[in-house]
Amino acid sequence: MAITDDVLVIGGGLAGATAALAASDAAEDARVRLVTYKQSTLRHASGLIDVLGYAPSGDGQQQPIADPFTALESLPESHPYQRVGVDAVREALAFFDEVAGDAYAGAHTDRNALVPTHGGTVKPTARYPVSTAEGLASDDRDTLLVGFKTLPDFDAPLAAAHLEAAGAPFDARGVTLSFPGIGRDDAKVTRYAHLLDHDERVETLTGETGAREAIAATVKPHLDGESRVGFPAILGDEHPTAVREALSDALGADVFEVPMGPPSLPGLRLEDLLYDALESAGVRVTAGVPVVGHETTSEGMTAAIDHVVVDRHGAEIPHEADQYVLATGGLVGKGIESNRKRVTEPLFDCYVPHATDRYNWFVDDVFGEQPYARFGVVPDTELRPLDADDDPEFSNLRAAGAVLGGYDYAAEKSGAGVSLATGYVAGTHAGEACQ
Amino acid sequence: MAHDTAVLVLGGGSTGCGIARDLAMRGVDVTLVERGNLTDGTTGRMHGLLHSGGRYAVSDQASATECIEENEILREIASHCVEETGGLFVQRPEDSDEYFQEKLEGCRDCGIPATVLSGREARGVEPYLAEDVSRAIQVPDGAVDPFRLCVANALDAERHGARIETHAEVIDLLRDGDEIYGVEVRHDSGPGKRTHKSPGTTEEITAEYVVNATGAWAGQIGDMADLDVAVRPSKGVMTIMNVRQVDTVINRCRPKGDADIIVPHETTAILGTTDEEVADPDDYPEEQWEVDMMIDTLSELVPILEEARTIRSFWGVRPLYEPPGTGTQDPTDITRDFFLLDHDERDGVSGMSSIVGGKFTTYRAMAEEITDHVCAKLGVSATCATAEEPLPGSEDISVLEEGMDDFGLRSPIARRSNQRLGSRAADVLETDEPNPVVCECEGVTRAEVQDAIDQSGSDLNAVRIRTRASMGNCQGGFCCQNMATELHPRYDEATVREALDELFQERWKGERHALWGEQLSQAMLNYALHATTMNRDNDPAGASTQVDYAQFDGGA
Repeated sequence: MAITDDVLVIGGGLAGATAALAASDAAEDARVRLVTYKQSTLRHASGLIDVLGYAPSGDGQQQPIADPFTALESLPESHPYQRVGVDAVREALAFFDEVAGDAYAGAHTDRNALVPTHGGTVKPTARYPVSTAEGLASDDRDTLLVGFKTLPDFDAPLAAAHLEAAGAPFDARGVTLSFPGIGRDDAKVTRYAHLLDHDERVETLTGETGAREAIAATVKPHLDGESRVGFPAILGDEHPTAVREALSDALGADVFEVPMGPPSLPGLRLEDLLYDALESAGVRVTAGVPVVGHETTSEGMTAAIDHVVVDRHGAEIPHEADQYVLATGGLVGKGIESNRKRVTEPLFDCYVPHATDRYNWFVDDVFGEQPYARFGVVPDTELRPLDADDDPEFSNLRAAGAVLGGYDYAAEKSGAGVSLATGYVAGTHAGEACQ
Repeated sequence: MAHDTAVLVLGGGSTGCGIARDLAMRGVDVTLVERGNLTDGTTGRMHGLLHSGGRYAVSDQASATECIEENEILREIASHCVEETGGLFVQRPEDSDEYFQEKLEGCRDCGIPATVLSGREARGVEPYLAEDVSRAIQVPDGAVDPFRLCVANALDAERHGARIETHAEVIDLLRDGDEIYGVEVRHDSGPGKRTHKSPGTTEEITAEYVVNATGAWAGQIGDMADLDVAVRPSKGVMTIMNVRQVDTVINRCRPKGDADIIVPHETTAILGTTDEEVADPDDYPEEQWEVDMMIDTLSELVPILEEARTIRSFWGVRPLYEPPGTGTQDPTDITRDFFLLDHDERDGVSGMSSIVGGKFTTYRAMAEEITDHVCAKLGVSATCATAEEPLPGSEDISVLEEGMDDFGLRSPIARRSNQRLGSRAADVLETDEPNPVVCECEGVTRAEVQDAIDQSGSDLNAVRIRTRASMGNCQGGFCCQNMATELHPRYDEATVREALDELFQERWKGERHALWGEQLSQAMLNYALHATTMNRDNDPAGASTQVDYAQFDGGA
């Protein structure tokens, strides 16, 4: 039995969720469904919403961009931001601000903030989780960074020294402490978060106390007049605000998180936020199911997708919709695949430009201008993937997020912004088209 | 004339380190200089095969006999570096029966234990062998970690009083008339442990005798004193798979050919190789066809390789040599035997010998022969003990299996650590401090990384070869940063940053040759983690111009 919707979004990351939300926003009565197969790549992501941190195709070391919106104007025509237009980027960010509510900050200005990273560098970003807000490197208050012996991903004294080398306008110090209540050397970050979320009782030298109080008591003697204290991003999963406030009260200083690598709690919190919003918007979400095939129809010159086939635990179920959004991710999310001979978009075999010789897919400097980082489908201004002759592959398929090519999100620091802008535009068009 | 050292060994590969150990154990004052890291030349770029000798049982029985003898010795003195995988010479329908028979008889002539298995029996040993493999000869091939074996030799040489100086490139041979009396080295700048000299300085080291053990680079050293050492460097590719598709060394049973061996190595399997003469051992093309050939040809033996994930490829350069006038065209046909060139006898220039040719499995026997030669020159009568004395880590091997749950490590981590460290495990892992895992892919803990830093300083590639950290599936994407932070606060922030960049670039070098499928996905993830999340590609700490922080959002 076929499942029928108005809009079907394939892919459950930032772009897919945004597209589904935008589609249901554009067409209130539309039935919108999101199908997702694997875990989204948000668990790898820092949770920062960057728009544009550096100009593309720059040679060598560059200065970060202070005003991303002005810089968007000068991007090349092929860049996804140019395809959707600068106004759409602003609208998409406003849409995100609405969805995120007070979980994110940065909307008060067009300017990028500089956020300390767990490696001690700083990164330009347009929006940041509220848990990071007190930690901006573009804020000149002196800072104490706290790391833990059992968390090798963040070395606070080294990060502090690195911030100083990066010219941050404040004094930073780092200390490495033991985390009360963590018995194992290989505890996962979610274990730390859980301990704080539930304020579990832990043993300390002075007896048993709550985990939050124990942490504060461990840190407090190391404070030397700093008005803010940074921790690795482990301060709660379900109740991060309560954890932060409790620590802040006990320390008498503002508390913030430094974004970390995977598994990233700020990324997972963003995912939770998006899925709560999808539920509120009435989007039907089917998780853990791959799209394994599709059928097309032909109306005039351009083909259209009639339905896709979804594998639900062995049963092949046709999913039919009026409009489709492809938001399956890039190389990391497996929306773009490759073998020794070619690079493909595996679901609909949309055209992906690439050199025929795979030794031209990379350059020798790991941080050089990497062709592979730009692999993806080529969209028109409505974000319909184009074939090799610049005609839309399908009249009712749009693409959003990292499945798009023509930009290097890692170098530009533009991944979240492109996902938001293209998700918003693709979803809006899809919603409007099925009205 | 007073000398800085009695013997100066040039080259920190298996041969050089083996000679240094042998000399030091005989009480000879020895200094070893190496241009880069230990193993940087050919030793660290081999397939990790501990030959049974089977490979040479038809073409070169002297080498085959020496291989089986040394194979047995290394199992004893370096048990923590050797994995007794066993090996198979497998025959496909198109491979000659006659050669199969010659191989079998050759093995028996050379004292190599050899058993014939039917195709079915062979697939019982290695289930992924192709259905049409008709039969196989089982031999005691093994896998050896060339990094740890070489480092263990250097460590033991140091224990016996040797000076081991890495990152010290020979820039001139000191020659007075017809006598060589030492070298001039330049101490490199860059992350590393430089206990003796500061980076960028040069130093003259004089010696009673110089041993040129620079392998494929021996010709370049010879040139410095107008000595002709005609090595014929030959490159070979090795392609690393992300898991062990086989647990036994798989050889193709045919006379010769490229892409005819698969060696299970630690968590990976290594496919090899090609054999192409190159002009310059430091600068030769690394080509796509070589990688493709490994996968395409070896898939004939193990079909799942066709679709399997490779994590990187690397190339090594064999130090092949043949006496002047031999004139072999195909490098595959050049002997794998080694040659000791005494420049006094050969060129009338005293004070130095060069060692060329040879192979890793017999490094110890080569070192013994050369050390005998040097000792004769110096009038030292002590005899060789390297075949009996275990290398550091291999003593009291019985304790290895005990205490699996010691040190608070999960059992797979404890087992892996024990395997790498051998009898040093207790010394290294015993700590009162937390000991989290730094490299998840290879199960390497902080204590092990710290032990490697004790040995090698801030050079993270030296830490890598000692621990295997960053050598697994992620190729350092997740763990390079963690390895680097372990250097702090022993080393300052700028050194840590430089060391991290150097390791990350080195990992990329091999990864480029595996950029499709899963590993291209991994490469993009690694790039995103380091560039997007950490902004290491535009780190203001490395910039010439200051960031104007006041231009940015400082909070609401």
